[in-house]
Amino acid sequence: MHPHLISGSPTTHDDSDAMAPIGNLVNACIQCGTCTASCPNALEMDLTPRKMWRLVILGRLSDVMASRTFILCSDCYTCTLRCPRGLPLTRAMEALKGIAFARRETQHRRSRLFYETFMQTVRRYGRIREMAFMTRYFTAMKNPAEPFRFAPLGLKLMGKGKVEMGGGKSTEIPLAALFEKVAALERTPDKPLGKGG
Amino acid sequence: MNYLYYPGCSLTASAREYDLATRAVMAAAGVDLTEIDGWTCCGASAAAPISDLLSLSLSARNLALAEQTTADGQILVPCSACYLNLKKAHEALRSHAKQRTMINEALAAVKLNATGSVRVRHLLDVLAVDLGARHLAPLITRSLSGLAVAPYYGCQCLRPYPEFDDPERPVSMEPLIEATGASVHVWEAGGRCCGASLVSTHPEAGLKRVCSILKAARGADLIVTVCPMCQMNLDAWQPKASRMAGEDLSITVLYLPQLLGLAMGLSHHELGLDLNLAVLGSFREKMF
Repeated sequence: MHPHLISGSPTTHDDSDAMAPIGNLVNACIQCGTCTASCPNALEMDLTPRKMWRLVILGRLSDVMASRTFILCSDCYTCTLRCPRGLPLTRAMEALKGIAFARRETQHRRSRLFYETFMQTVRRYGRIREMAFMTRYFTAMKNPAEPFRFAPLGLKLMGKGKVEMGGGKSTEIPLAALFEKVAALERTPDKPLGKGG
Repeated sequence: MNYLYYPGCSLTASAREYDLATRAVMAAAGVDLTEIDGWTCCGASAAAPISDLLSLSLSARNLALAEQTTADGQILVPCSACYLNLKKAHEALRSHAKQRTMINEALAAVKLNATGSVRVRHLLDVLAVDLGARHLAPLITRSLSGLAVAPYYGCQCLRPYPEFDDPERPVSMEPLIEATGASVHVWEAGGRCCGASLVSTHPEAGLKRVCSILKAARGADLIVTVCPMCQMNLDAWQPKASRMAGEDLSITVLYLPQLLGLAMGLSHHELGLDLNLAVLGSFREKMF
């Protein structure tokens, strides 16, 4: 894990081989383009998935980070299922998001804050509380217009009593101990998780 | 039949009607659900980019609690994202010795241990395979004939694990819909992505996915879903999708157990139908 994503404290990064483990995941890519043809979001991407995998294998970190391709992966797993080489492409997309968030890439700030504040809420309460999550997210965004994008939906949900406000009956199971243990395990020199999954 | 029950966060808030309808339909079918005591968030799609180990450990924590209750039990999961996360953790515990060790080192911090002995089952899997139309048909007391239902499966109950259906051409909902007397709306969009969290983070892309599904549903009386994320994208964002498409894409969207419950004669209160965000007046008049 990149501990500052959870704790908020900045760290420095050695970027030179940040992408190498992902390159290993997709190294057997034959550039057939089945991923691109299968991707529901390919038309909104600047690089096609096929082209991006090539850049990942070549280690072209800044080109990959500058693109919005991986951030537009919606985890549908169609490419993963169809890849004739059986490569874990959705998992590789997730790992690229992780690198972009750790590098605090400015063009991916909104996604990073969305994921980051989500996990902070889980860490604090054990379950997602929509009000706590959205409040954290809006505060982190520091963009006064952002809440208004969600306001009509928020009001609709509140009207239906569908927003967990954090009142008396809700369960609170803090998970800080688990988060900290994971961070500690990941700081050990032996990388915990390799391929698979 | 008995299952352990993992509702997941959405079913306690924005998807409360999915929780109500699941419990009501299961009770009416004679299935016992035991909610996992002290369950916590599966990590959704937010944990994995930050850390694989965190994602696996958050889900494994729930598997460990389930094992304490019934070591050889099965967990019923209605949310597709929760289902996939719990299933990934289950796979890691069963098939990857090194991951199992790491996960349990992490879980030791909260005094738990998981082996992967409980099976993780999606609600649709249980409805279609364990119960099936054969078991449900005798419970139908009210024919829904005249309704055309578009079965929307979404992604994560089908992929990447082809557990109970064909991920390219899913059909598992069709016998269940037909058992209610309704007809199946034939379409290609049933297993296409709803845009997931892109609807929030990149609406210009996410809403296009919503638009194309709503357009493909034209001709159907309603869409049924089996995931709170899919449901929210298809019902709550309908007005915005309509504005983007420049046409009215309004359609009723229910959770699958709500449809089954209606045909089983359960009240709309029991099924939480007042909580849905997209129930057209015409549908309401016909059904309630």
